[in-house]
Amino acid sequence: MSTEEKAAAAGEGSGAGPVEASTAAQGLNIVARTQGQLVRRRFFRHRGAMISLTILVLVILLAYTSIGFAGIPGWWIWNYSTPGKVINRGAPTLSVWPTFLGGDGFAIGLHPFGQDDLGRDYFALTMRGAQISILIAFVVGIVGTLIGAIIGAMAGFYRGWVESVLMRFTDVMITIPILVIAAVLGQKFGGAGPLVLAIVIGLVLWTALARLIRGEFLSLREKEFVEAARALGAKPTRIIFRHILPNTVGVITVAATLLIASAILLETALSYLGFGVRAPDTSLGLLVSSYQNAFATRPWLFWWPGLFIITIALTVNFIGDGLRDAFDPRQNRVRA
Amino acid sequence: MTVPPTTPPDDVPGGSIYGPAAEQATELFQVYEPSEGAELAPSRRSSVGSVGSVEVLKVENLTVGFPTEDGLVRAVRGVSYTLHEREVLGIVGESGSGKSVSSMAVMGLLPKGARITGNISFRGRNILSMSKQEQRSLRGRKIAMIFQDPMTAMNPVYTVGFQLAEAVLSHEVMPKKAAMARAEEMLGLVGIPQPKERLNSYPHEFSGGMRQRVMIAMAVINNPDVIIADEPTTALDVTVQAQILEKLIEVKDAFNAAIVLITHDLGVVAGMAHRTLVMYAGRPVELGNTEDVFYSPRMPYTAGLLGSIPSAGDTGRLRPITGAPPSLINLPDGCPFSPRCPLVTDVCRTVEPELAPTDAPDHLGACHHWDRLAAAPDPTAFFRTESEARR
Amino acid sequence: MSAPTVPSPPSYEHLLDVHDLVMEFPVKGGGIFRKVVGKVQAVSGVTMHLDAGETLGVVGESGCGKSTTGRAILQLHKPTSGSVKLRGAELTTMSNEDLRAVRRNLQIVFQDPYASLNPKMPVNDIIGEALKIHGLWEQDGLDRVAGLLKLVGLSPEHGNRYPHEFSGGQRQRIGIARALALEPEVLILDEPVSALDVSVQAGVVNLLEDLQDTLGLAYFFIAHDLSIVRHISDRIAVMYLGKIVETGSRDAVYGDPKHPYTVALLSAAPEADPHSERSRERIMLTGDVPSPLNPPSGCRFRTRCWKAQDLCAAEEPPPIDHGGGHLVACHFPVTDISAETASAAIHAAKLGSSSPESPAAAASRETAAAAARDSGGGLSGGEG
Repeated sequence: MSTEEKAAAAGEGSGAGPVEASTAAQGLNIVARTQGQLVRRRFFRHRGAMISLTILVLVILLAYTSIGFAGIPGWWIWNYSTPGKVINRGAPTLSVWPTFLGGDGFAIGLHPFGQDDLGRDYFALTMRGAQISILIAFVVGIVGTLIGAIIGAMAGFYRGWVESVLMRFTDVMITIPILVIAAVLGQKFGGAGPLVLAIVIGLVLWTALARLIRGEFLSLREKEFVEAARALGAKPTRIIFRHILPNTVGVITVAATLLIASAILLETALSYLGFGVRAPDTSLGLLVSSYQNAFATRPWLFWWPGLFIITIALTVNFIGDGLRDAFDPRQNRVRA
Repeated sequence: MTVPPTTPPDDVPGGSIYGPAAEQATELFQVYEPSEGAELAPSRRSSVGSVGSVEVLKVENLTVGFPTEDGLVRAVRGVSYTLHEREVLGIVGESGSGKSVSSMAVMGLLPKGARITGNISFRGRNILSMSKQEQRSLRGRKIAMIFQDPMTAMNPVYTVGFQLAEAVLSHEVMPKKAAMARAEEMLGLVGIPQPKERLNSYPHEFSGGMRQRVMIAMAVINNPDVIIADEPTTALDVTVQAQILEKLIEVKDAFNAAIVLITHDLGVVAGMAHRTLVMYAGRPVELGNTEDVFYSPRMPYTAGLLGSIPSAGDTGRLRPITGAPPSLINLPDGCPFSPRCPLVTDVCRTVEPELAPTDAPDHLGACHHWDRLAAAPDPTAFFRTESEARR
Repeated sequence: MSAPTVPSPPSYEHLLDVHDLVMEFPVKGGGIFRKVVGKVQAVSGVTMHLDAGETLGVVGESGCGKSTTGRAILQLHKPTSGSVKLRGAELTTMSNEDLRAVRRNLQIVFQDPYASLNPKMPVNDIIGEALKIHGLWEQDGLDRVAGLLKLVGLSPEHGNRYPHEFSGGQRQRIGIARALALEPEVLILDEPVSALDVSVQAGVVNLLEDLQDTLGLAYFFIAHDLSIVRHISDRIAVMYLGKIVETGSRDAVYGDPKHPYTVALLSAAPEADPHSERSRERIMLTGDVPSPLNPPSGCRFRTRCWKAQDLCAAEEPPPIDHGGGHLVACHFPVTDISAETASAAIHAAKLGSSSPESPAAAASRETAAAAARDSGGGLSGGEG
């Protein structure tokens, strides 16, 4: 006897009937909103995050379209590697101070960010630096998240000796100073290009994420819906990928975003110290380091890349905050 | 507001959980307590104590709203009650009824965004119009609260003695030793053995029942006039619950305090409360002496609630209340219970009934058709489900 | 649906047969390697059985091991020792493959309607997962899920909604539908209505009863609410600190309880009846349930029992049949409830923790507490 026949025989059994239909009539607002939609709504309401998102997108667009990338040309007249004649000590030609306040009015001029020692356009250089820094940051974010998620998930789910080994390994990685290990790796691989450098940095920055995800797995695996899946006979892979992992997306997203923010700063520090990106390529950190001595005499060589470092790091952080608030439904909870 | 005399009744409606043999035994039996002397009382718990005449707490038309992204959640919509010395008021309701929120409003524990209107008077003085300073001096001293989960209500990193002493010292200036001595006295009063040693224990070193006793001690240590107990025994085992409730009554009488007992457990209210207030969708729907409310409900929700509990004699199908409580953001017009009410008529759907006296001046009900309930021999029968009617 | 593919011996006495089930959990110490420093026995030798179509109500307070027993039967925890037989086949020694097949016949409904459903999966997937795992989805999976939703009183149109859009009672119905997807014969119900509002509980209990009538299910009904258990059960088992203290038919246990703990439990349960509540005598047990880490010797209930004597500390009482399958594990079973209530009150007065504090009582309380401390092994009325 199929379940439908049994249902008919039972005569709707409980007498509860189509509850949902009556609840709609009562004015209940059971709107079919998925959790993803709720999260998105909360995120879009977070002003700091939205402003930061806009700025970051603009910066990325500016960086990649202005001077072009990977063979695709950009719209800016200069490129970042051609030396030229140094005009007016390489001072920036950008002016924004309006005339009625005593300035020169708004003008972009030939070299809005100025020129470096070799007469290269500094705007193009800064944009190139931003491209590389952003690329490295995102690749580090992806690599670090992947490694951290896998290690954390396995440790949190399997417990036992698997967890002990993985977590002790993680502890060891944590105790080694990041800068030192990144410097050593950067020394060896820095010359191989920014992509390799990024992967290498990702190999060191995953530890916080691993711990976080292990914690999530530890708590989620005790949840009743996981027990229910086991009671149904689900295999471990199914439980990990279809039950636990989807419930950690919020935490992972936030952590990954913050990882990207710290990657930017790490890359800056490494390149500043000389262990990161090398010439002829450039990054924001390298720019800041190359011209640190010019801080007093030609401040624009220092401030433009610095401004972009700060902007990118801040906006990514704010976006991370906004995501964290959006995923955490505990705000505005009302007790019945 | 006196409690009716409690001689053992000839007919015990609903039957006791023991079954027929034990029912007779209960009626014949008497307790002998050597420490109390030779006089016998039918039951140590027969009277929940007499009620004083002084009015301690008066709540008038309390409303609480929480602004949220989806709109204003009207969690409490017009609660009014008075409380006298040594009186126990049981507030009963299910989730979403607003019972906890209304008491949090009395204690002043609601979050900043909450919008509160109405009057809450303590011994004649309006709490809501007091300064923050004055409110703080009342809270914890004259009006105390016992929470549901003692583990989270106490600070795990401080000893119990420290927390008790802190409760005293935040309202009175006295030497620390004196505060500790009072703490020890309280622990003894609530029945914790070896109180002097237990002063140095941490909350996690107590079992659930003991922790709740410590909570009671913390609530009464400053001689409160009103104790608000929010689901004090929900998290406890049934045998421990009985002890705690008994202790609560003793403590209330010892300190002349009144108790507001919030719970969803009708059995607890039946045994403990002089008066019962039933809440639904943020509003009180019935208020009266406990016996009146239980034996002669004047609001269909109360009848439905009472009828949905399995009783010893009746082995037929249970009688649930179909449907679910309404959203507190989009309240429909008329009586909020109308979609689920078997006595519903058109007027119910358009006009929300006031909480008004029914057949007795102190028994209030919010229903247009309370007279039909009064006329029926078994009010819970209105909720008989279709399948049951078929049989 | 064909019968589950578990090879079963030609005959068996009970559908579900549990014998001497023991469930121990290791207590891990601190340190780098977290060695096992001790064991706690959550279930200490439980023997019970369940027949087709009947409901066994298992009651007890926290720490009694009823939930752990349910999970151990299901092999969600691997039992430390003992036997669990479903249709005569031994589950504790089965391979994972065979166990997966058995799971089609033995399912569980959880207590918390908010935590037992994956918040990220729509309802159709939640119920259908059972079918997918066992390769039954292909044929007519979606139809079967729709049928199950109707069976539990929900509308199939709401199948693609998420759990948070349903009320507590509805979620519990979804949990029941999930458990029924594989058409089991035995359902373990771990406090299925405790987390629901009172008026909603009745609806779910009615549903469970109807399902039992039409599908012929056997229920292992774990609960602490004595009135619900009395309503739905055919037989009752009362557990205390990992052991079963009394088993019998519903009428026997509620009408003629013989173990002191059962008597106290029934006495303590509140009834929604003011007259009876205020006039009846309560047996007040003193103190709290002892910790399972260090259970009392002999009879585990003796530290709170007013009838305890030396024999109780020395020897653990075996379950004795008092007629008609009414098993009681007590050296001095109760025969006259009213007399017991009197002795219980006197006992409580002596220990002093539930009588008003008159000066004489206070003094006697101190000495009594000291004496109880010395003789009772420190576990009377104050276990931290």
